Amino acid sequence: MDVLTDNFSLYAEGFLGTVRLTVYSSLLALVLGFLMASFRVAPVGSLRAIGTVWVTVLRNTPLTLLFFAVLLGLPRFGLVLPFTVFAVIALGCYTSAFICEALRSGINTVPTGQGEAARSLGMSFGQTLTSVVLPQAFRTVIPPVGSTLIALAKNSAIAGAFSVTELLGTYKTLSELGYNIIWTFVWIAVGYLIITLTISALFNVLEKRYGVAR
Amino acid sequence: MAVVDPLIELRDVNKFYGQLHVLQDINLTIGRGEVVVVIGPSGSGKSTLCRTVNRLESIESGTITIDGQPLPEEGKGLAALRADVGMVFQSFNLFAHKTVLANVSLAQIKVRRRKKDEADRRSRELLERVGLASQADKYPAQLSGGQQQRVAIARALAMDPKVMLFDEPTSALDPEMINEVLEVMQQLARDGMTMVVVTHEMGFARSAANRVVFMADGRCIEDRAPEDFFNHPESDRAKDFLSKILKH
Ligand SMILES: Nc1ncnc2c1ncn2[C@@H]1O[C@H](COP(=O)(O)OP(=O)(O)O)[C@@H](O)[C@H]1O
Ligand SMILES: [Mg+2]
Repeated sequence: MDVLTDNFSLYAEGFLGTVRLTVYSSLLALVLGFLMASFRVAPVGSLRAIGTVWVTVLRNTPLTLLFFAVLLGLPRFGLVLPFTVFAVIALGCYTSAFICEALRSGINTVPTGQGEAARSLGMSFGQTLTSVVLPQAFRTVIPPVGSTLIALAKNSAIAGAFSVTELLGTYKTLSELGYNIIWTFVWIAVGYLIITLTISALFNVLEKRYGVAR
Repeated sequence: MAVVDPLIELRDVNKFYGQLHVLQDINLTIGRGEVVVVIGPSGSGKSTLCRTVNRLESIESGTITIDGQPLPEEGKGLAALRADVGMVFQSFNLFAHKTVLANVSLAQIKVRRRKKDEADRRSRELLERVGLASQADKYPAQLSGGQQQRVAIARALAMDPKVMLFDEPTSALDPEMINEVLEVMQQLARDGMTMVVVTHEMGFARSAANRVVFMADGRCIEDRAPEDFFNHPESDRAKDFLSKILKH
């Protein structure tokens, strides 16, 4: 029990590290996921190909391998950044593939006539997507996007293995200090729960607000 | 048929869906201010014909020109062309997440770059014209089919199109709602709008159309004045088709 009170600042640091990783990676994943979903439904064949390759490669690569690729690979090309930034890139890109597919399945639930009507009025592909199709897809994509971001929060633990400060990594220091391993992990689990339950709560609110069918 | 001032010209247009040859050497000219009714059995390619004119479907060979301009490829030019070609669908396709007023205003703001209040003013005028001024703040799902289709017509007119395409605009409607939509179309025809109308409503064809085009198996088989066509069809396909639809 003392493990939390004695080491509160260590826990807090790890907790904030995980929150930071989750927030930044989520933003990157949402932006990239949105972009790739647009590519995948674009009228231009080369864009569709880029979207498909992006999703196929990232969704089928183990996340740990992707971390290795980013952390060891990018510096080879002269790109040297803090490990936290590399971790955000790896997590964000990986998760964007899942966001992309969630958005795309939402887009597919909108009847094709909606997009056709918009295009027949002279609206561009981008206008059709942003003002007609996505707003109607939005309510169906809230739950899967929420699940994907919860998975992201938990996947951020992998960054600890690459000496990025985050919640799971705190166990190493604590077990070296001789604290009970069970309680150490219980408090770590509570930390993750706080983050994931916050994400669920946020998405529940979104769903209540926008998820009503008209 | 000789057309004085052509607005739409299709020359040797061919279109395939995989193996299926849906449009076969279509040659069709539609003059400015003309109302052309397209009629024919289900699956004969009428919808496809309409959809190729604003390039919702691409074609394999031939040319389509609108007001002297060949149809552009995908991109800005194509969007600009579509803004000039109004289209009304069998299933209305009103934007489900927007009010009636917003449905009519959206493309005016996004495509014609009108200010919101200017667009809304124009939308209300058009809703008035189709008899739906009082429904402006409702959502499409709250309207009857006939009302939805009239909103769809107003939405297309809001772009000030050069021509309006109607693909079986009354086929999805209950019988008592067909007339309210046809009346709006009649008025449009009287006002001089160029119209291509796929419909089996012979009353409309007789009273509003300048020409009737009969399609079967992806070909234009007859292209004549409505009275000629209905009273003296030349082809066996047309005779057979008319005998079927005249029975009920
Ligand atoms: N998207 C499509 N893919 C494949 N075949 C299609 C498609 N749309 C229509 N068809 C086929 O093309 C033919 C013509 O269809 P259509 O133009 O809708 O005819 P109509 O409107 O005269 O009933 C039909 O045989 C139909 O099954
Ligand atoms: Mg049809």
